[in-house]
Amino acid sequence: MLQIKDLHASVEDKSILKGINLEVKPGEVHAIMGPNGSGKSTLASVIAGKEEYEVEKGEILLDGEDLEDLAAEERAHKGIFLSFQYPVEIPGVSVTNFMKTAINETRKAKGLEDMPAKDMLKMIREKSELLEIDRKFLSRSLNEGFSGGEKKRNEIFQMAMLEPKLAILDETDSGLDIDALRIVANGVNKLKSKDNAVVVITHYQRLLDYIVPDFVHVLYNGRIVKSGGKELAHELEEKGYDWIKEEVNS
Amino acid sequence: MDLKEKLVSSFLAFENTIDVDSPVHDIRTEAIKTFETTGFPSKKDEAWKYTSLKSILKEDYSVFPKQQNALDYKEIQKYFIHDIDTYKIIFIDGKYSSHLSHVTHDGIDVCLMSSALNKPKYRPVIENYFNKIAPKESLTSLNTAFSNEGAYIHIPKNKLVEKPIQIIHFSTGNEAALMLQPRNLIVVDENSHVQIIERHQSLTENPVFTNSVTEIYGNKRAIVDYYKIQNDNKNASLIDNTYVDQKEQSHCLVHTFSFGGKITRNNLNFYQNGERIDSTMKGITIIGDKQHVDHNTLVHHIEPNCESHQDYKGIFSDNAIGVFNGKVVVNKEAQKTNAFQANNNILLSDKATINTKPQLEIFADDVKCSHGCTIGQLDDSALFYMKQRGIPEKEARALLMFAFSNNVLDSVKIPELKQRITKLIANKLGVNIGFDL
Repeated sequence: MLQIKDLHASVEDKSILKGINLEVKPGEVHAIMGPNGSGKSTLASVIAGKEEYEVEKGEILLDGEDLEDLAAEERAHKGIFLSFQYPVEIPGVSVTNFMKTAINETRKAKGLEDMPAKDMLKMIREKSELLEIDRKFLSRSLNEGFSGGEKKRNEIFQMAMLEPKLAILDETDSGLDIDALRIVANGVNKLKSKDNAVVVITHYQRLLDYIVPDFVHVLYNGRIVKSGGKELAHELEEKGYDWIKEEVNS
Repeated sequence: MDLKEKLVSSFLAFENTIDVDSPVHDIRTEAIKTFETTGFPSKKDEAWKYTSLKSILKEDYSVFPKQQNALDYKEIQKYFIHDIDTYKIIFIDGKYSSHLSHVTHDGIDVCLMSSALNKPKYRPVIENYFNKIAPKESLTSLNTAFSNEGAYIHIPKNKLVEKPIQIIHFSTGNEAALMLQPRNLIVVDENSHVQIIERHQSLTENPVFTNSVTEIYGNKRAIVDYYKIQNDNKNASLIDNTYVDQKEQSHCLVHTFSFGGKITRNNLNFYQNGERIDSTMKGITIIGDKQHVDHNTLVHHIEPNCESHQDYKGIFSDNAIGVFNGKVVVNKEAQKTNAFQANNNILLSDKATINTKPQLEIFADDVKCSHGCTIGQLDDSALFYMKQRGIPEKEARALLMFAFSNNVLDSVKIPELKQRITKLIANKLGVNIGFDL
């Protein structure tokens, strides 16, 4: 589904990703871990098509199609979803209206009619129940005054609404208490199928107890320096990242 | 002959067409003298520092409407709020169009200034209110000198006028260049409530210069909701002089939506003559090309325990120029005044300009007065967030701009009008927003 080949990317002439190779197949869950500043969030932003990042070399393919010339919204239409580490507050636009616009713009891009209001409401009801979101919450301005946990739950609610092919969860566990973490993880697990894939970016192993990865990759200094199964996450939790750094640097 | 000379010399001819025994005759004569002395304002005047009328004044305008022109309702329906029942006072090239209007004398007077000025039964109201708050300023005096036609609205006490009143001035382009000087008088007596929508619309690209004066009197506990839609074409300029006099416990709100025109200047002045008055001024300005919109506001807090709220949003693209000059005066006696003023702007291009200047003159010592102005760009991280959810660039930008102006739109109390303005904004931004914010 997703193939990343020798990806080099920079922002403001500062080189951050220095040759990433990654393949994610349908039905898989991948975890990308690594110390601060290793390039995890950059990788997420580059896949999602943030314009500030320049791809200098290499390619990102989604189902064999090169994403290079596609704008962020076109990548979203193709099924890429990024759950933001810091969701942006947009005063004056309610969660519901935002989702209606997002869904109908995506449908429009696929040549479909707007979703009938009745279906939209039904979907909103189902998905908000899945994330244990209060209905009143949906008429509030997007992310405005939301707690850290509410923002992250809202991200996964949007993911549930948009039903992406590839979901990238960027530090979705940060700022979550244990109950919210359970709700979010439960939501993600229910949305998983053999046809979609999830990439979990995290600093800690905590979330991976709930969303169990098939593969764990360690990103350090712009490269994936180690890959393994879920046991690698436990090892990192126990030993920290220093031994990886030493291994790489020696 | 320049426009000033032309106007001054036309005054004699104008006098021949009207009743010189009218009580306003002396007021007109006085006013033309004032204009003759002051002339048009120039950039040397502090209040006109950022707005030059030069490019407007150079045209050779016809200063009197010559003939009755007709318009087919179907062709201009889109300029009306037509999905609800309203009173309508419609002018074509400065002349009243009875065909398009819907006026009334049934318990309230929604009719014409020309009849109010000429018929004896209106004389008490005219004598009490006409030109009583309009200052002896040059453009207002010019309008007063030629005042003859416009809307006359008198709501006696204890009337809740359910139907909004639309005042629309069309210009047809039958004249190569046309100057219009409508004069409106709105008197709302005790406990009454009225909603008014005003619009100026030029139907061709021939130059039009409108110098309009509106006096609004909100008596005790009256509620006046006034909406101005300014979405004219690129050769139409408007100087809107609106003066609001409020008595105790009255609420007056003026919303100004400025989306187009060549040069638009709004002189909006509130005078609070009583206690526990609420004055609200809100505006959304969205312009591009070389358009110019100038909001010049004044709230004069004269008595204690009153409030004023000003909230103006501006979005400027291309070479557009915006001006906001908001003056708040609090008299020594006006203790416990709450005065708020905000002016927020977004510049979408490097060549767009906004000049914003709050001016507070506070002589009382127990007051709450705040003002704030901001100038910024659209938030890139918010744009990326929306695009990541599949919302294309143009729509994402539009949504952010809607969100930016939302609290002004939110206080529009006529749902059909709110919908219309939402649509006007969407058109202006080139998007189709599938919901009402």
